[in-house]
Amino acid sequence: MKPGHGEVLIAEGDVELSEDELRLTEEFRRQLDAGLWAAVPGMDPAGRRNAQMVRSFEDVPRDADRVIFFPRAAGGR
Amino acid sequence: MLLALVATALVAVALLSEELLPRLEEMWSRHRARRQLAPAMPYDPGRERRAEQRARTLLQSCVNEEEWAMYRDLGFIRVWGTQADGPVETTGTGGAAYAYLIYPHRAIVAYLAQTHRLLSEYCVAFPDETRPYGSARLPDSDDVLAKWMALTGDEQRLISTANMHLPGRQLDPAHVKRDLWRLSQWERARMRDAARNAPSSTPLDTAG
Repeated sequence: MKPGHGEVLIAEGDVELSEDELRLTEEFRRQLDAGLWAAVPGMDPAGRRNAQMVRSFEDVPRDADRVIFFPRAAGGR
Repeated sequence: MLLALVATALVAVALLSEELLPRLEEMWSRHRARRQLAPAMPYDPGRERRAEQRARTLLQSCVNEEEWAMYRDLGFIRVWGTQADGPVETTGTGGAAYAYLIYPHRAIVAYLAQTHRLLSEYCVAFPDETRPYGSARLPDSDDVLAKWMALTGDEQRLISTANMHLPGRQLDPAHVKRDLWRLSQWERARMRDAARNAPSSTPLDTAG
């Protein structure tokens, strides 16, 4: 998510391919190091959509379609 | 006479300069800093509209169908709270069901689902300090999605990050109450439509 742009594709690949996985892992770390939060949209057992906040690439479910990065929350006024 | 006036004026300027010069210097440096902070790219309403359109598509792809319809029709999303005794830092809900209203770029409002009593406002922002187009502000629908993801993913973390205030700090309680009434009317209408469009649960027995 970017101001003035909305959704931006950062990287894509297949985690089953080691080359892709390495690239995705590095990009994931780069985003978190830049101070962003990461979430994986998904579904709970009852079938309702929700999100899972992830703090490391290992937390991302292997079958996840996408990871969304967004600026971290700050207390507002 | 003129000489006396000039001398007085000079003394006055000399006395004032000690007080005024630092202020003038500060004003000048502030002006320069503001000019440096000014966006390199001018505000483009078309770009912002396209950004919002992308953000709406992303939001729709993440939230439940009901939540998307709620946002489209009412301009906010309701998210149910999951903490056993209400959001942190409140006096507790005694186990009563509670929920949050998410508005774009406004505070998140917590309320009791049954009575519509407002519990608190949580002021939170997701500023992108890289300011790619001069502003740190996400498109409206991205702001809503960020709140939705953070609330459904880790409610406690988001609520403890936010600044909590009593209801009425940022949003007019009467306006929120009216939104809750609109929401209940909207839900009734949807239920009526669903009942009308649902296939009959007792299929006709043609065999008699």
